[in-house]
Amino acid sequence: MTLRLSRRAALRATGALVVTVAAAPGEAPAQPAGAGAPLSPLPPPGRLASYVAVHADGTATAFFGKIDGGQGLDVAIAQIVAEELDLPPARVRVVMGDTARTVNQGGASNASGVSQGAVPLRNAAAEARLMLVEMAAARLGVPPGALRVEDGTVSVAADPARRVTYEELIGDRRLDAELRWNGRYGNDLNVEGRARPKPIADYKVVGTAVPRRDIAEKVFARHAYVTDIRLPGMLHARMLRPPVAGARPVAVDEAPLRAIPGARAVWKEGFLAVAAPREWDAIRAAAALKVTWSEAAPPFPEQAALYDHIRNAPATKRGVPLQEGDAPAAIAGAARVVAAEYEWPFHSHSSMGPGCAVADVRPEGVRIWTGSQKPHAVRDGVAKFLGVPPETVHAVWVTGPGSYGRNDAGDTPFDAAFLSRELGAPVRVQYTRHEGHGWDTKSPASVQRVRAGLDAEGRVVGITFESKAFSRTNIATSEADPRDSLASQVLGGGLNPQDTYLFPGDFVPTEPYAFPARLMAWETIPPLLDRASPLRTSHLRDPLGPELIFAAESFVDELAAATGADPVEFRLRHLREERDIAVLRAITERAGWEPRPAGPRGAPGDRARGRGVSLARRDGTVVGLVAEVEVDRGSGAIRVRRMVVGQDCGLIINPDGLRRCVENALIYGTSRALREEVTFDRNNVTSVDWATYPILDVAEAPEAVEVVLINRPDIRPTGAGEPAVRTAGAAIANAVFDATGVRLRRGPFTPERVRAALAGA
Amino acid sequence: MATRITFRVDGKDETVTVDPDMPLLYALRDDLGLDNPRFGCGLAQCGACTVHLDGVPTRSCVTPTSAAEGRAVTTLAGLGTPERPHPVQQAYIDEQVPQCGYCINGWIMTAAAFLRDNRDPSEAQIREALTGLKCRCGTHMAILRAVKRAASLA
Ligand code: FES
Ligand code: FES
Repeated sequence: MTLRLSRRAALRATGALVVTVAAAPGEAPAQPAGAGAPLSPLPPPGRLASYVAVHADGTATAFFGKIDGGQGLDVAIAQIVAEELDLPPARVRVVMGDTARTVNQGGASNASGVSQGAVPLRNAAAEARLMLVEMAAARLGVPPGALRVEDGTVSVAADPARRVTYEELIGDRRLDAELRWNGRYGNDLNVEGRARPKPIADYKVVGTAVPRRDIAEKVFARHAYVTDIRLPGMLHARMLRPPVAGARPVAVDEAPLRAIPGARAVWKEGFLAVAAPREWDAIRAAAALKVTWSEAAPPFPEQAALYDHIRNAPATKRGVPLQEGDAPAAIAGAARVVAAEYEWPFHSHSSMGPGCAVADVRPEGVRIWTGSQKPHAVRDGVAKFLGVPPETVHAVWVTGPGSYGRNDAGDTPFDAAFLSRELGAPVRVQYTRHEGHGWDTKSPASVQRVRAGLDAEGRVVGITFESKAFSRTNIATSEADPRDSLASQVLGGGLNPQDTYLFPGDFVPTEPYAFPARLMAWETIPPLLDRASPLRTSHLRDPLGPELIFAAESFVDELAAATGADPVEFRLRHLREERDIAVLRAITERAGWEPRPAGPRGAPGDRARGRGVSLARRDGTVVGLVAEVEVDRGSGAIRVRRMVVGQDCGLIINPDGLRRCVENALIYGTSRALREEVTFDRNNVTSVDWATYPILDVAEAPEAVEVVLINRPDIRPTGAGEPAVRTAGAAIANAVFDATGVRLRRGPFTPERVRAALAGA
Repeated sequence: MATRITFRVDGKDETVTVDPDMPLLYALRDDLGLDNPRFGCGLAQCGACTVHLDGVPTRSCVTPTSAAEGRAVTTLAGLGTPERPHPVQQAYIDEQVPQCGYCINGWIMTAAAFLRDNRDPSEAQIREALTGLKCRCGTHMAILRAVKRAASLA
């Protein structure tokens, strides 16, 4: 209590608190502290030191409660913190995703790293700079307003020889102050102090190209991934999955394991794993174990019946995120009606490496090493799963083998924690390729029905857009509730399914267009198997973007074609906001788009060339794409010749990094549109590796990709890493229509499907 | 039956006593602590585990350790260092290629061997040489730029 009072007094006196606790510079250990070390107290959300530390050597550390999955988010954070502190970005280190050292900012989520996650760090850094300037003012005997800061040196503006550095000001002390915390954790967390962040016009570091920090480490094989964590006495484990989804082990014969040193099985209800001191032995044990599985009824329809199943299934929930005017009535009274349905399959995360986690569960505390992009959620989920207080669980994020949403990495910490408790040793669980494809969460398959009415002059009088789909969150997007884990579901834990599709306030398809009457609605249908399903659904990179924008922007193209209009002119006629128009103009100018109605020209040859366009928004970001393709009429193969992608995501922090993010997202979106489809039979998922779930090969990559960035210094940065994913499907399908006159309304656009569509035309 | 197997790894003689059928990937990772070859599929489908075996890009996830007996293994760590980077490594940095980076052993080790044998490749030859390797983050375009750049550096 006394301490509290004196802290308050100190705060009143200086607006700041400087206590004599030496902070260790050079934070961020590559390997976390050994197991069994006492858990440190959690960083309190309302304190400056929880976000920013300035060290005695003139460097600073930012403590970021999200993670960087290889998109350079840490560099953007370093730039933003450096900007506010007036330090060179090279002197700012970033600690990420360690629950003992960072406040829960929600992990990687919704491409919110910069748009939301940077704000509290920016505010804390601004506060730190203000405190340092006030300390310098006292030291130099001038008012703070007479000082300026450059590269960590505070000097008197009128007499630059009078100066003091951050190093000299800090000495062995630790900068801290109370900040106003908004009471929220996760993406919405924010703190504010007395200081005002810099006006954007004064930015020197933000907006410049700064190279990524992890790249040289990765290229010289010096970067640790979660798969590389090893603890003394650690056991390697592999999970066993049923041949028929929903089956459970009814008999397990461990006799074959006797020949394998230290191998043993762990079986409880539907949970079955093997573990051994050596990894190869665990792999051999998984193959050797004799398991009899229950006779489970085949849970799935034939794949060929998937879309009929979706159409015919009872709706569990309906939502209407947008209703303007009476679109059905307007369509009923229209001179002409255009209608189409678009189908999109399940997609798999199929991360480059399957999920992996290490857990060390001890009576005195639990440590988890995870590649999940939401380590704070892993901490909370594992704590509930084990029935221990969250403060006793320390989760550390270590770079994972790719993460684009709630993938199989989110299941492994629960398996590892369960096994570590059962076996009394640290346990590393790594999934197989089969699990990475066959047992990860999937993006939901869907059918979109779109209808529009046109008047006699070809103007749109109303449009309805209805999605029917599996829930986007049968499995929650974070690991905070253990009921969403495979481990809990096979152990008979309860379920936590949410029936959601489009969120109110989320983007809506055809959003940029000023159609006079609009109805946007969705329905969800029940999962095919309610628990431990290899077709359970959750978020995948750009959730719902590829399917909804494929449908919306294909349909807008169909409207343009129905009215004999050039697809770009048709769009421009209906756009209302300057940012949408600017992106569309920028990409079509760069692509050299000549106005004419879409459709094949001249005699059909073997190879037909066409071009297509798409435009979309995503949470404040605007993206557009012009795709030029060549269709081989004989084989049905689509060759993408050139892509011009444009993006406006507000203020640009790091143009080089952004360019690559957009390019990667586009290639990934192209892969989903051209190649990807989860296959299954009545029993189980059958796309279980790269041969059965092909993705875009480098030989098929576009001949050229051009990225056009539009900087908006007056608009706060919005999500950058995902929006371009959604542009690929429609632009390619529209280009195929331009080349051949054939509409593709089902993804992916495989050669077989294109060939069939051409034959049916 | 565990067997002694001796080979050179990144210029150093090493001996492991392992099941000779165990894939080389696990000998490198678990017995020698060389983490950079990575497990991606275990099926020779992705390239994440690629090393050079006597200079030939080899998928260590399906190569028995016994096949390395008496031979020279080079991993990404042995290809070059920050002080003496291999041209493909340098180009990877110049082009800021990796996103998660989990795939890079396949691309860099395959490209390094390809450029050694093909001094002035066309873009089509580069694509052909790299076909089959996987990158889930979608860095394909940056990879192609980097390999072209490395061809001009080499
Ligand atoms: S791990 Fe060896 S090729 Fe995929
Ligand atoms: S950079 Fe992530 S898989 Fe290639």
